[in-house]
Amino acid sequence: MNKQDQDVLVVKNLKTHFFTEDKVTKAVDGVDFKVKRGETLGIVGESGCGKSMTSLSIMRLVPSPPGKIVDGEILFKGENLLDKSEEEMRKVRGNEISMIFQEPMTSLNPVYTVGEQIAEAIRIHQNAGKKEAWNKAVDMLKLVGMPSPEKRAKQEPHELSGGMRQRVMIAIALACNPELLIADEPTTALDVTIQAQILDLLKKLQNELGTAIVMITHDLGVVAETCDKVAVMYAGKVVEYTDVDSLFENPKHPYTEGLLNSIPKLDEDVEELQAIRGSVPSPSDLPKGCLFAPRCPYARELCHQSLPDLTEMDGEIKVRCWMHTEEWKREDTPITNDKDQTDSDKGVTLYAAGNS
Amino acid sequence: MFVFIARRIFQMIPVLLGVTLVVFLIMQMVPGDPAVLLAGESASDEQVQQIRSQLGLDEPVVTQYFTYVKNVAQGDLGTSIRTNRPVIDEILTRLPITIELAFWSILVTIVLGLLAGIISATKQYSFSDISLMVVALLGVSLPNFWLGLMLILYFSVKIQIFPVSGWGTFMHVILPALTLGTGGAAIVARMTRSSMLEVIRQDYIRTAKAKGVKERIIVYKHALKNALIPVITVVGLQFGALLGGTVLTETVFAINGIGRLIIDAIRMRDMPVVQGTILVVSIIFVLVNMIVDISYRFLNKRIDLN
Amino acid sequence: MQLETVKKVKKPLLQVNDLKQYFPIKGGLFGRTVNHVKAVDGVSFDIYEGETVSIVGESGCGKSTTGRAILRLEEPTDGKVTFQDKDLLGLSKRKMRNMRKDLQVIFQDPYASLNPRQTVGRILEEALEILNVVPKKERPQRVKELLEQVGLQAEFADRFPHEFSGGQRQRIGIARALAVEPKLIICDEAVSALDVSVQAQILNLLKKLQRQYNLTYLFISHDLGVVRHISDRVIVMYLGRVVEIADKKSLFENPQHPYTKALLSAIPEASRKRKKERMILKGDVPSPIDPPTGCRFHTRCPLATEQCKVKTPEVRQVGPEHFVACDVI
Repeated sequence: MNKQDQDVLVVKNLKTHFFTEDKVTKAVDGVDFKVKRGETLGIVGESGCGKSMTSLSIMRLVPSPPGKIVDGEILFKGENLLDKSEEEMRKVRGNEISMIFQEPMTSLNPVYTVGEQIAEAIRIHQNAGKKEAWNKAVDMLKLVGMPSPEKRAKQEPHELSGGMRQRVMIAIALACNPELLIADEPTTALDVTIQAQILDLLKKLQNELGTAIVMITHDLGVVAETCDKVAVMYAGKVVEYTDVDSLFENPKHPYTEGLLNSIPKLDEDVEELQAIRGSVPSPSDLPKGCLFAPRCPYARELCHQSLPDLTEMDGEIKVRCWMHTEEWKREDTPITNDKDQTDSDKGVTLYAAGNS
Repeated sequence: MFVFIARRIFQMIPVLLGVTLVVFLIMQMVPGDPAVLLAGESASDEQVQQIRSQLGLDEPVVTQYFTYVKNVAQGDLGTSIRTNRPVIDEILTRLPITIELAFWSILVTIVLGLLAGIISATKQYSFSDISLMVVALLGVSLPNFWLGLMLILYFSVKIQIFPVSGWGTFMHVILPALTLGTGGAAIVARMTRSSMLEVIRQDYIRTAKAKGVKERIIVYKHALKNALIPVITVVGLQFGALLGGTVLTETVFAINGIGRLIIDAIRMRDMPVVQGTILVVSIIFVLVNMIVDISYRFLNKRIDLN
Repeated sequence: MQLETVKKVKKPLLQVNDLKQYFPIKGGLFGRTVNHVKAVDGVSFDIYEGETVSIVGESGCGKSTTGRAILRLEEPTDGKVTFQDKDLLGLSKRKMRNMRKDLQVIFQDPYASLNPRQTVGRILEEALEILNVVPKKERPQRVKELLEQVGLQAEFADRFPHEFSGGQRQRIGIARALAVEPKLIICDEAVSALDVSVQAQILNLLKKLQRQYNLTYLFISHDLGVVRHISDRVIVMYLGRVVEIADKKSLFENPQHPYTKALLSAIPEASRKRKKERMILKGDVPSPIDPPTGCRFHTRCPLATEQCKVKTPEVRQVGPEHFVACDVI
């Protein structure tokens, strides 16, 4: 098997913009990553960084209008999904690429039994009869660790707890044995003990079925626990693409570093957390130059002037930061952001109405 | 579920008592003495007095009310002053006609309303959406007796495909059912549209799309059943409006149903009949609402039993 | 060490004794109360002046209900809450309103509690007005001070809540709580909705203000990392009951109750350090309507014995600042 074959998904320079009457919102604006067979890629970032829109773009489920994928390539097993017709995409969704969502409480149809909802996916993609699909649905429930699956299959979503519903969502997603599973904040709405159960389950099933996973999360703990590779997103762009060990031991981008420092640790005490100053810029009013420059403790004049590319460093690590370029060595302007302001919002532009 | 139905039936009792009280009080307040009316202009005071005590009208009002309720509970709605037949018989001969008319009308309401609503919602802001909603707006605003007259004028008088009036064949049903059903259809269409648009935004519709379900199946299987839940309440309420509408529609089309019975009885001051019909219509209304409630609960099990 | 001895001598600022909060469930043919949700079922703890005590637990454990019951936002079913020697549950509504000067609360979503049609300055002035703590003509000046204290520009007083980001709104919420110079602030999931980078800013701010004004915090959160950072002592709740109370160090380094251990081991940690052994609890949290008999955790506890099913464990002391409700360990 050559290298190309191993990459289940390659996303190149993906751009998804939203066009409203008076403005263009660049929700996704330059996303690059790849996922290998059986591997887990984490897409991590804070709210509004475009991570969820990236996942909907891969599924071609961006609400349109107003959203539109304006540029880039999404290569799934070598084929560009953006070239496929709607009919062809339907054969991919739920079959070769599946998705689970953040809200297990609202992601299942309240008026059908969970068994029916799993069986539907099987009937659509595997040409199975009613009875056959139902039996397979019960098997899937057993696979995702649902106690008394025959009985549960006949229940409606409101009769199940949040954790149980997320198991059902996983059963639906994996029913047709997809090659890629996109998990969009799958445990964010769950309690920690239930989160541990679900993450454990995903890991177990991945080992059994060899599914590649794109794990979208804001929680670096979940990343550490589940991922092999990580793409860190900020304001619609990937700013760092790296393996999980390097991410925690040697973060390259100042934003990644800032994120790690912001998290209160469970095993050490500090008087003050090193917060990132200011707040995320509004996606319809982005700064010129590097998007992180206004909040970056290392930013110099160059950073405010032009946007760095996502450049390859050693191995497969890529970073979008001037600090890791040749230009930086020639840059001798002073650091622009005063470190004393870490505790304050001073000097940071206010959110425009309706964008928060 | 059983407890829920039992409780709903139990809750009907005070409602029905309230209805009898209101009906009774309205009749008390209507000017004119039924005994005088019954006895005729030329009757002597003694004769009137005799009729009055015969009908129990000389008893205290409270006693009259309790006698009334007792009789009603036994199925005795009194005797028509005009025809001297028991009121219950009068009503039972007319009721099937009105029920048939109501059935076809509500069918018009549901079928036209749902279709228009679904088309509008799935093609939001398209030409068909906008034109359907304009028609729906007209449907809500036009009074149904006017619509009835216009339909007669065109279909019966001008192009003569439907009979002008009367009852008996299916051809007789169509124009009155359209007249009576369109107002409701317009309201149902608007409700279905907004409810569908709401449901289409839900997370589980996104889940269905992510499963690879066809657009058409998403609309009719995943969205519609959820969107119907609020629509059912509206249909139930429309049924009340529809019963009111029968009075005018039956008059316009000369149909011998309950509606005309009320009109005639009022005109003749046939109080027992007026009282009886209003009571029966109210009971039907309460029953329909109960059925709506139960089916609502059945469709939407997420609603807490309480 | 010295501090701890001082604490022992000092009277607690807030004492909660056997607090119970039951919510009735109506049902049956006649809509009578057929059962209760026992959201909080006999909770006791003390808070001393100047410290931060956290309540942690998963959804439905009663942590937020406890906070609301202390403030009497919901009238508690039973128990005793003493604040500065005053019995809060015995006060009249009007007197309780006056107590709000000393007892403030910050919620998860400050936006919901900020009037969208009022400027931030007006919102803060109103807080000053209601409890009449600052004379009228000094109020605008005080508003400016408050905004600066929470790290916002004084000019922001003229803006409306929707013009701010989530983190900035939470700063406004803090400024409003601070306006009346309270003694105790109950922070109910106050940083849960914020992104980590902003969350860190707010946590730093809360700590700074505590040092500055000797504030006492009751910090309610489901995030153990945040709790470790901010607290002096931690209360762990499960299904309406306290399972463990300890100073931060003992709780995180030497947890005693099996539930606390499971909770700590369930948190995915943002580091590549040696993976601790995972302890994954089976099943869901039981319903608080019909909680398990005996120890409420016995249905999910790996150490449960027959005894645990029948006997409710008493809270007992296992260390100088360490209490646990478990009979097995």
